[in-house]
Amino acid sequence: MFKIVEREEMAQGTVIRNVIDAPKIAKKAKPGQFVILKADEKGERIPLTMADTDPEKGTITIIYMVVGKSTARFKDLKVGEGYMDVIGPLGKATHIEKVGKVICVGGGTGVAVLHPITRALKQAGNDVTCIIGAKTKDLLILEDKMKAASNTLYVCTDDGSYGRPGFVTEQLKDCLNEGGIKLCVGIGPVPMMKFVCKMTKEYDVPTLVSLNPIMVDGTGMCGGCRVTVGGETKFACVDGPEFDGHQVDFDELFQRLASYFEEEKRCYNEYCKLSESKL
Amino acid sequence: MAEKPAKKEQIGRQPMPEQDAKVRARNFDEVPFGLEPEAAILEASRCLQCKKPACVEGCPVSVDIPAFIKFVAEGKFTDAISNIWRVNALPAVCGRVCPQELQCEGKCIVGKKGDPVAIGNLERFVADYERNNRLAPMPEKAPATGKKVAVVGSGPSGLTVAGDLILKGHEVTIFEAFHKPGGVLVYGIPEFRLPKEIVFSEVEGLEKQGVKLICNEVVGRTVSLDELFEEGYDAIYLGVGAGLPTLLDVPGKNLIGIMSANEYLTRSNLMKAYLFPEYDTPIILGKNVVTLGGGNVAMDSARTALRLGADSSRIVYRRSRAELPARGAEVHHAEEEGVEFHFLAAPLEFKGDDKGRVIGMKVQQMELGEPDASGRRRPIPVEGEIYDLECDLVIIAVGAGANPLLTQSTEGLELNKWGYIVADPATGKTSKRGVWAGGDIVTGAATVILAMGAGRDSANSMHDFLTRGW
Ligand SMILES: Cc1cc2nc3c(=O)[nH]c(=O)nc-3n(C[C@H](O)[C@H](O)[C@H](O)COP(=O)(O)OP(=O)(O)OC[C@H]3O[C@@H](n4cnc5c(N)ncnc54)[C@H](O)[C@@H]3O)c2cc1C
Ligand code: SF4
Ligand code: FES
Repeated sequence: MFKIVEREEMAQGTVIRNVIDAPKIAKKAKPGQFVILKADEKGERIPLTMADTDPEKGTITIIYMVVGKSTARFKDLKVGEGYMDVIGPLGKATHIEKVGKVICVGGGTGVAVLHPITRALKQAGNDVTCIIGAKTKDLLILEDKMKAASNTLYVCTDDGSYGRPGFVTEQLKDCLNEGGIKLCVGIGPVPMMKFVCKMTKEYDVPTLVSLNPIMVDGTGMCGGCRVTVGGETKFACVDGPEFDGHQVDFDELFQRLASYFEEEKRCYNEYCKLSESKL
Repeated sequence: MAEKPAKKEQIGRQPMPEQDAKVRARNFDEVPFGLEPEAAILEASRCLQCKKPACVEGCPVSVDIPAFIKFVAEGKFTDAISNIWRVNALPAVCGRVCPQELQCEGKCIVGKKGDPVAIGNLERFVADYERNNRLAPMPEKAPATGKKVAVVGSGPSGLTVAGDLILKGHEVTIFEAFHKPGGVLVYGIPEFRLPKEIVFSEVEGLEKQGVKLICNEVVGRTVSLDELFEEGYDAIYLGVGAGLPTLLDVPGKNLIGIMSANEYLTRSNLMKAYLFPEYDTPIILGKNVVTLGGGNVAMDSARTALRLGADSSRIVYRRSRAELPARGAEVHHAEEEGVEFHFLAAPLEFKGDDKGRVIGMKVQQMELGEPDASGRRRPIPVEGEIYDLECDLVIIAVGAGANPLLTQSTEGLELNKWGYIVADPATGKTSKRGVWAGGDIVTGAATVILAMGAGRDSANSMHDFLTRGW
């Protein structure tokens, strides 16, 4: 078992942070890589990009939004309990180098994935501007950490309850207009990444995105995670999860993410009913 | 007990009792029930005890077939299993999945005039008998050598190596990427053909003998081969299988509902999606399912689809019936259960709805032309003959390739042009010192018994190395 040593509820309990005892993975993991977790015998294998690692303590950190049965099950795990299976580190690490001025754009729980990458980019000597967004103030996560990890931080909320009102892309546009940006990293919901990429393409700024397709094994064995990048089929679990955002077919990814929409809804509803009846 | 007729040839091959086709096509229970002891003894008595047994020549690991069959005929089932174990560690598996009609049974003398001796069914019988009764003595373990061996992958090949080397006194640890051991035996081959309990019981047996099993460890990611050597392993066996799906490059290939057999079967078998929502992993329940391919993987997929409630399950195969690479028994079972075959047919294009879900495909009629490099006649399109098939799930089972995850992260490991590991056919030695390889990652997708045979050869060579040097 992979024990949970720390647990925190964020964004009104819709987002959970777990620090998990996984020394072998912690020792190897690099920013941008992910793990696959399975709560128990009957659980599903869920890929999550690591939000942090501590090789000395032998722990990894994951931050996830509760969206279905599997993540609801994860949420029920308390400190001292743990995941039956954790596999990783999987995928390619982010290529970190000093390029100059960099913009990191994060939305929703994508901010959690963006954090270690931002930190590494800054440590490598880049001038890092960060734009993070959420639907509303209560759902914003990791503001302090992102502030520490970047040189400049902008916050946006869709409903204007905090920071700049509107989408992250509006702030992004202003930053791009200032010029001199060498690299953009955009991580968040698929529509957000799509629009970030559309915009940076207009400004010819290379853009990395981290994709989150449905996965099973995470080792290139099933092809379930395939995405189209530059007209070619790529397996996000081994060729990614990061890709050149200007080449990604986001519409296909968005559709494929809904493959099990009906099944997931059914499973989640049954789980919620079961949890309620236990109360 | 059945009486023994005077002339052996007069006894017919004992039929394997099995679930009725209509019933079993809707459940995941194993299809054959197994022979009763009486029937097994009778079947065994059909063997002529040839002086130069052709069956043994047909067996890739040379099981002493007449010897074990003689024990069965005499009712000495425990002696029979001990005899098989000398060369085959997984008889309960092999009895169920080996292509006997191409191997032992295909060569059996009795088969020249009638039906061959049911060697596979007998092998299965003695293995099941032993698993249910536990009478055979455990093989003896040699004194500890103090040497450490890492086995990467817990498919039939890796399990064989682990079983052999633990008995020779070495310390053995198996590293498996998945959360459960067994390789294709667990994630690929369905429950109705090979109950998972059998595989787990074999693995438990190894653990009882002292083999350590570490799951969730992706060698090449969680740990590298060089790190394993640094940790003190003296020798490493790579039995990582051919885990790379072949997908099709035709329009519509990424629509929802088009997936590799690896994904479909892994969801169903390893993740138990057939028990959704009791188990959390979902699977697409197709009403009209098309499986592309003609091997065991295709049969397993098409039959799984029926069991998951499909109204129609079709196999679309490029060549003709004669070229189907699947085991005879699987083709036969699939047909009995209602799987339809479209021979000489190849996919041209998939069509989807506005949500990106597959709703149909265009199929090109083929005919057989000149033989190709493999000696099989090459299918060529018949001009203008194109038809439509309605489908909401397409399973691609047209072959597997070498998964590059481990091989590309390992320096000094020679690969062939398709990415398979180059290993000495006799010893399994690779170009990297202290590293052996065998099974599907060397031969390409093949069979359980060949993977086991390669494991056996490598284990012997590894033992030599550990006791004498490279
Ligand atoms: C659906 C299906 C049906 C089949 N039916 C038959 C049949 O009826 N008869 C027959 O003889 N053959 C059949 N085969 C073929 C047979 O199963 C294979 O030839 C055989 O399993 C190969 O054994 P292996 O040990 O080489 O590899 P595998 O069984 O593939 O095992 C490899 C193991 O290594 C693990 N692994 C891979 N990479 C790593 C890594 N980097 N680190 C750690 N672990 C790793 C994998 O997770 C896997 O568990 C079938 C195959 C399939 C897919
Ligand atoms: S070839 Fe057939 S009859 Fe002869 S020994 Fe083998 S199984 Fe028996
Ligand atoms: S998750 Fe199976 S290939 Fe990527």
